[in-house]
Amino acid sequence: MENLERILKEHPFLAGLEDKYIKLLVGCASNVAFKAGEYIFREGEDANQFFFIRHGKVKVETYIPQQGSIIIRTRGEGDIFGWSWLVPPYKWHFDARAVELTRVIALDGKCLRTKCEEDHDLGYEIMKRFSLIIAERLEQTRLQLLDVYGNSTKK
Amino acid sequence: MLIDLFSIRRTMKETFDTFSLELEPQYGEKSFTFAPGQFNMLYVYGVGEVPISISGDPTRHKSLIHTTREVGTVTRAMRKLKVGDTLGVRGPYGSSWPVEKAVGCDVVIVAGGIGLAPLRPVIYYILSHREKYGKVVLLYGTRTPEDILFRKDLEKWRGRFDLETHLTVDRATGSWHGNVGVVTTLIGRAPFDPLNCMAMVCGPEIMMRFTVLELQKRGVEDGKIFISMERNMKCGIGLCGHCQLGPTFVCKEGPVYTYKNLKDVFLKREM
Repeated sequence: MENLERILKEHPFLAGLEDKYIKLLVGCASNVAFKAGEYIFREGEDANQFFFIRHGKVKVETYIPQQGSIIIRTRGEGDIFGWSWLVPPYKWHFDARAVELTRVIALDGKCLRTKCEEDHDLGYEIMKRFSLIIAERLEQTRLQLLDVYGNSTKK
Repeated sequence: MLIDLFSIRRTMKETFDTFSLELEPQYGEKSFTFAPGQFNMLYVYGVGEVPISISGDPTRHKSLIHTTREVGTVTRAMRKLKVGDTLGVRGPYGSSWPVEKAVGCDVVIVAGGIGLAPLRPVIYYILSHREKYGKVVLLYGTRTPEDILFRKDLEKWRGRFDLETHLTVDRATGSWHGNVGVVTTLIGRAPFDPLNCMAMVCGPEIMMRFTVLELQKRGVEDGKIFISMERNMKCGIGLCGHCQLGPTFVCKEGPVYTYKNLKDVFLKREM
């Protein structure tokens, strides 16, 4: 637990968060490993967690009939992923799969949602941090949609 | 303004619409020197002349490599040329990447799509003078895995311990094991010292705009960010005015500018 506390405390995402809240997060956290190719979550499942990647790489993908799986984003060491636990209906909208052996800290979002309702200061701190992540993702998605490199690929 | 005659020694298909031509002088033992980032005007006889960046090794003087995308009449005709065919060459023209100024610094190279072509000479140059530089990081983004340029070079560079190479694509299918996401996402965690680095950026203007923002977020000064601009160049020597960009001509004061000197124009629309 001490190790988890240190890792969470040093993560830039949680910089400036009061110790009591870090301790509370540690209470909701667990170390989990996924083998290469293993699903971390799948579209439509309940979204009750979010993840800090300690080691490895994760791909976020969606399935398109007749085309197969399309990778939307990859996330690597130090990244946080998963914010569907924060907004109703608390369902994953995409699949997430480990590209290689991946070790993460999984945080129980369901437990955290309850804590945030009980303590709005904590709720504000968490929302403030996740809104930055959501805004960053939105900006990156817009850039991807702009298709800045031009010509479409032909074979 | 004189045109030298060169023969095509080798043609290379890089992607479905991008190709490289290796050229050698037709007459005598003439060698060709250029600085990384400069371009030549290439003339296809009976068709026309276009500016193409030099993508080869600046430390090798006996041949010239140019990489371009097939986008118009001249490049379409250029693609049809065969080994032994003749091309007219004028140049080299324009400003260059600050490889000398970067001595003693970390170097971060950010390329998007075909923007890797004018930056490849920088990588060749740095690798042949590797001891003079700090950490060297290459961040390269393309649309899909099929659009990746210079695959053999990238494989070699990824195997080196003295060059950190990261690739990302905007979209991919399940068989791709690399990164997916825009190239700017690689900047946040790239291992370089923002207070002692030179950043060299080349790609579509919108990609460069967002790259500059990310570099600024890391703390890189505007005077240490270099970008390469593209405009409609005709004469190559700052006479005709076709490539005017604010108070400068891209063919003469550019194509490589410091962001500090260009930002007022760069951020202005309709320029």
